Amino acid sequence: MRLAVENAVIRLGGRTILNGVTLGVGPGEFVGLVGPNGAGKTTLLRLLAGLIAPATGRVTIDDRPLNDVSRDERARRLSAFFQNAGIGWPMRVREIVGLGRLPHRRTFAAESAADQEAIARAMAMTEVAGLADRIEPTLSSGERMRVLLARALCVEAEMLLADEPITALDPAHQLDVMALLRRVSHDGAGVIAVLHDLTLAARYCDRLVVMAEGRIVADGAPATALQDGLLRSVFGVTAQRGSHVDGGAYILPWARAGREPGETRP
Amino acid sequence: MSAPLRPAIVERSRPGRLLVPALAILVGMLVLASIACGYAAFDVSAAFADWLAGRNTLPALVLSELRIPRALLGALVGFSLGLTGAVMQGYLRNPLADPGILGISSAAALGAVIVFYSGMAGALSLALPLGGIAGAAGAALAINLLAMRGTGTLGLILAGVGLSSLAGALTALALNFAPNPYAALEIVFWLMGSLTDRSMDHVWLCLPLMLVGWLLMLSTGRALDALSLGEDTAASLGFDLVSVRLRIVTGAALAVGSGVAVSGAIGFVGLVVPHLVRPLVGARPSASLLPSGFAGAALVLVADIAVRLLPTRPELKLGVVTALVGAPFLIGLLFHHRGRG
Repeated sequence: MRLAVENAVIRLGGRTILNGVTLGVGPGEFVGLVGPNGAGKTTLLRLLAGLIAPATGRVTIDDRPLNDVSRDERARRLSAFFQNAGIGWPMRVREIVGLGRLPHRRTFAAESAADQEAIARAMAMTEVAGLADRIEPTLSSGERMRVLLARALCVEAEMLLADEPITALDPAHQLDVMALLRRVSHDGAGVIAVLHDLTLAARYCDRLVVMAEGRIVADGAPATALQDGLLRSVFGVTAQRGSHVDGGAYILPWARAGREPGETRP
Repeated sequence: MSAPLRPAIVERSRPGRLLVPALAILVGMLVLASIACGYAAFDVSAAFADWLAGRNTLPALVLSELRIPRALLGALVGFSLGLTGAVMQGYLRNPLADPGILGISSAAALGAVIVFYSGMAGALSLALPLGGIAGAAGAALAINLLAMRGTGTLGLILAGVGLSSLAGALTALALNFAPNPYAALEIVFWLMGSLTDRSMDHVWLCLPLMLVGWLLMLSTGRALDALSLGEDTAASLGFDLVSVRLRIVTGAALAVGSGVAVSGAIGFVGLVVPHLVRPLVGARPSASLLPSGFAGAALVLVADIAVRLLPTRPELKLGVVTALVGAPFLIGLLFHHRGRG
């Protein structure tokens, strides 16, 4: 499936949040959406998920306008991960993950064997199977994040949209989740994730889309998207670059740009 | 993806599976107990025999005109309160929400009070409940219009709080202008909530409205589950949140509005019942809907039997009893949540 947005403009309360955004993402791509706070990343993600409508421009699935795709079909083909609303009730982990199967179930129908297998797969992938009978308030914030990710994965959609999926995780689980999202994309689904950690985004994503002030200012492979000039003008930082002995290149935001070096030194 | 996995966790059988049938049987037994219970000692089986044979004896009349409508209304009103309470708590993601939170109960009470005040109540036996239903319908319309923009639940709560206060103020105004103290007293007593001296007409009036309201609310169960992860996630799972809100507001207005219209305000049942049910069925919102309905019916029937068995004269009002039992429970709940928060 190819999810695309053409020339989208979104205004909220007199402010222009997205200003002529064009982007297309296909199957098998792991796209990192990066940019400073307030750049419009989450708004773009909500637009792609069909949760808000653009003032001008349009969103399409395989060249069909998103509005022409039924809610049910959209819900099965497009999964969205949001963690900011939390979990409203002290439900069991197994029940929370199972909510991801609602688009596949008819009203009042119980979970089918296929649903149960999808739930088990998603819980295994995010390593929350051991938490199945735990109740939400007893989870750590990292565990809660992985449970919500399992919920989004168990839709088994062709496209996964994830809003800050690694923000509350410890380093080990950040690496796990980035590797997991990469595996999901390499298994054939498209993945678009809003990320703040440029180091991990550059290491794991196939493609980075850099946003600033409601526009896309760079779009390409991590090494070409995150040029020094852009890091300075968009993020206001300078970065260290290097390569690990295993050959992988990395980029590490190091200091605020344009300040005396001493000011941000630890 | 890895090789197909055997589902590691099979849905555990919980007491919840048998809860609905058990509660339904309990409600059935309580309806019979309510019919058998009253001030005049009389032979229930003889009354049934007379009634079924069509003999208009005094016991048959007491049974068909007083006891049966009272018991049925207790079950219907209780089911409406319990179900609506569970739906409201699930929808608003707030364990302290009750069926009246959208202002529907207050508006229904206001509608009935206006009928009282205008003197129409004497002209037609069903004028009072019809006034209440008109009030609830007006409230549902106002809520849906006020909350039309956006799908947020916060706007809905604010609209409900505003409407509640307005209806309360207008009710107080009506009391203030009551033509004489007896009229005011009558209004106050009616507002306390009671099932005394209702007829089958009341049952036939509210039964169809309640059935439609129940079905509308039960149809939102899966959406309520999805909404526990927030509105964005629920929308991404394919739920039309505008339709969900419309069904919930309309369903609550039909069920609770017609309930208040025939019985006055019976508080705390809808707030308390979902909390009694959740330890048995788990916290998933849709799991508590039907059990809350039956448990609400059982609770109102028990309270209505209690007011007749208690030796106080005049008889305690049903709404007073449920409030006396419910208020301490609410306080306990508040402390429990403060401890957790």
